[in-house]
Amino acid sequence: MVSGRHFSAGWSVSGIILILITLLLSLPLLVVILSFLNPAPEVWRHLTTTVLDEYILNSLVLMSGVGLLTLVLGVVPAWLVTMFRFPFSKTLEWALLLPLAIPAYIIAYTYTGVLDASGPVQVLIRELTGWGYRDYWFPEIRSLGGAVTMLSFVLYPYIYLISRAAFISQSVCALEVARTLGCGPYRTFFKVALPLARPAIIVGLTLVLMETLADYGTVQYFGIAAFTTGIFRTWFGLGNSAAAAQLSALLMLFITLLVYVEYWSRKRQRYHHTSTRYSSLQHKRLKGWHGLASTVMCLFPVFAGFVFPVFFLCKWALQTYPIVIDSAFITLIWHSIMLAGIAALIATVLALFMVYGKRHATSALVKLAVNISGMGYAIPGTVIAVGVMLPLAWVDRTADQFFRANFDFSTGLLLSGTLVALIFAYLVRFLAVSMRTVDAGLTRIKPSIEEAGRSLGMSGFRLVRKVHIPMLRGSLLAAILLVFVDVLKELPATLILRPFNFNTLAIRAYDFANEERLADAACPSLAIVLVGIIPVIYLSRSISQSRPGHELHA
Amino acid sequence: MMEDMKKHASLSKALIFCLVLVFPVITAASETGEGVSRSRIKTTDPGEAVVNIYSERKEELIKPLLDRFSKATGIKVNMITGAGDALIKRLEIEGDNSPADVLLTTDVARLYRAKSLGLLQPVDSEAVKSVVPESFRDSENEWFGLSLRARVIVYARDRVKPDELSTYEALANPEWQNRICVRSSSNAYNQSLVASMIVHNGVETTEEWAKGLVDNFARRPKGGDRDQIKAVAVGECDIALVNTYYLGGMLHSKIESEVEAASKVALFWPNQSGRGAHFNVSGIGVTRSAGHRDAAIGLIEFLLSDESQAWYAETNYEYPVKPGIPASETLQQWGSYKADKVKLDQLGQHNAEAVRLMDRAGWK
Repeated sequence: MVSGRHFSAGWSVSGIILILITLLLSLPLLVVILSFLNPAPEVWRHLTTTVLDEYILNSLVLMSGVGLLTLVLGVVPAWLVTMFRFPFSKTLEWALLLPLAIPAYIIAYTYTGVLDASGPVQVLIRELTGWGYRDYWFPEIRSLGGAVTMLSFVLYPYIYLISRAAFISQSVCALEVARTLGCGPYRTFFKVALPLARPAIIVGLTLVLMETLADYGTVQYFGIAAFTTGIFRTWFGLGNSAAAAQLSALLMLFITLLVYVEYWSRKRQRYHHTSTRYSSLQHKRLKGWHGLASTVMCLFPVFAGFVFPVFFLCKWALQTYPIVIDSAFITLIWHSIMLAGIAALIATVLALFMVYGKRHATSALVKLAVNISGMGYAIPGTVIAVGVMLPLAWVDRTADQFFRANFDFSTGLLLSGTLVALIFAYLVRFLAVSMRTVDAGLTRIKPSIEEAGRSLGMSGFRLVRKVHIPMLRGSLLAAILLVFVDVLKELPATLILRPFNFNTLAIRAYDFANEERLADAACPSLAIVLVGIIPVIYLSRSISQSRPGHELHA
Repeated sequence: MMEDMKKHASLSKALIFCLVLVFPVITAASETGEGVSRSRIKTTDPGEAVVNIYSERKEELIKPLLDRFSKATGIKVNMITGAGDALIKRLEIEGDNSPADVLLTTDVARLYRAKSLGLLQPVDSEAVKSVVPESFRDSENEWFGLSLRARVIVYARDRVKPDELSTYEALANPEWQNRICVRSSSNAYNQSLVASMIVHNGVETTEEWAKGLVDNFARRPKGGDRDQIKAVAVGECDIALVNTYYLGGMLHSKIESEVEAASKVALFWPNQSGRGAHFNVSGIGVTRSAGHRDAAIGLIEFLLSDESQAWYAETNYEYPVKPGIPASETLQQWGSYKADKVKLDQLGQHNAEAVRLMDRAGWK
């Protein structure tokens, strides 16, 4: 029984502030939705009679493929490293997160460079066998299947990270009960652990699907007519930005629908942990065949999503670093870290505030506003950027007119073209990540714990600080890290909203990669990976230690 | 009740705490960009030695020239690069307050679009007009071509004889079945090529042609122009449609395999006995909101100087827009050519039609 009464007056100060913040953050998305006020019937007629079917079909295939593959690559290793010990399991525990640091378009360019008909692998095959290009079969990397594979290799860590945190915080009791009832390890996994972790896994999956839908770099390079390619083709090629925004709005509605269908399918069940007994996990040691299979299962995603692309990036970087790395390179690194750090902190603090507000809100308006502001992740960055620019420009213009009229001087642009605009856009786009991650953690905390805290006379803020934040430490860290790495990799919104002369690593990498100059793109790409790895490793350690009752030496 | 109020107070406290935490960070963030944002905010002094550029051209491919400009004139250059249409959108939203003085694009359709949105202003400079041939600039002098980008046919030296090739139109003939590579129709250079064919041959004929061309594709369109060249070299297809400077870039690449691939193909100038080969431009226009108009015009004149024009050819293997600039060694290898004289603003005009046509023809 969550007590809504604390928030239900609805118009309390904090309630109003919550609504204001959510409104502010959903403003750019509303701009996208409001594009429908500007109908483009001719463009729509053209789209529906020619290419729209294909956009939708390809995006659906992309989503299902990436969804399935990331579930397998994410959940199974998460379970294995949490419950068992096998060769290299401790290393793999954090190594499985590494692909998080690699932008999807970079892995796509790298795999293509290596496996394409003119890449080293096929050249070697032809040299060894003397065959011509048409004499043998080789999987085509730049295909729908290839795009599914590329996106899955870098997106599975979202599911791995969140489901592992869920597995870790599961009470041993439930699992022990399952075992005493005669469940073997497989049945325990499928009948007990998996259903208990389901809300968390769904959170990860939703993030993966949203990111898949918003991806432009990979599908564009692979020549796949997906929904995002359609959005930009409509905007750039047909010159109709209203219709492009309408396509984006459809994308958003679709994701909303998906989230609600899942919610209903759970029949509003909630999963709280009822046991307070957190004895430390007894890692079962897997030997022989089982141990080997587990190692391989966990090693594969790390190899495919990290070792393989990084190896080739290093190889290329060695050829080009004298030209690419100059004094400006340090500035790039600093810019990237600064933006990512600021955005990650704000996004997490806001997420905590909003998720907490939503949990205690009874007002449907608050819930709706919070839900809308979490939709930005499914929208391509360039579209978000336009949504951000419009309201900011309005503020600038209003201020400018006011000061011109009253004080006879121009304020010009106050917000547009500043880092404030950029960080605003990051929040709109990535709040979904931090909110869902924090939410997944918060739903695991029983309301009775809050009530206990309150009965001890703790007020709301102390409750958050003394009870929630310590219990949520793992989730909060995960949120910070995910947003940090996401901003580090973010390209389109940064590109269009940044101030003059302001570059980041992602911009540098993309500039080269887009010109098909992979070798030159290698250095900035590697720098993104390196900057991303440090928090990834730190986070992973924190999560393994976040389990209540965790022994420090373990 | 008491509990309620307590709760509200404490939540507000939590919020204030958040704000206190967040505010200095935001301010810090704004300050980091201060050096630039100072010059960003349009000052009342138009004589300030600054020019602000929104550039679709990648930093790498323009910065060296801009540095020379700053050195020669003492005018500081601020720049943002990005997708052409996104920059145009930013310009449009910022309106009269936009800090941008010039818009640099890599194809003509963007210039045309910026002009139709009323974002550019005419530049009445004899020095500029006398250099840029009429077909490569706007009829009302709102934009000017800076360098020429030819879209030509490359063919596999060992499998195709140049006398088998003739025109763009002939690429739809059945003898090229399963032999042609070209990138996606989302690409601006393909769109402008098709727009030029609409201008010359009309929509219906061009649509028939596009269908024939699509039937001749050796593979689903993907990758960039360099990628098409590699596909020809490796035998995936026999001919490809590409911009010349990609071939130039590969011939001078640091990567051995690129040089090798590029040397397996040769360049063919299409439609030489007719209207000439299709040319697009990278170009420039002064924005309507320009606060540093003189500096902006100075920049255009600088980019059209002999030295700058030669730079385009030497560094990025593009053709100078100014007639009579001696071509670089690489360009000389490709021989002389006849260029299509179609007015480029017509290409911008037909761009959307070209995209719709390619959609109908099934050109992905």
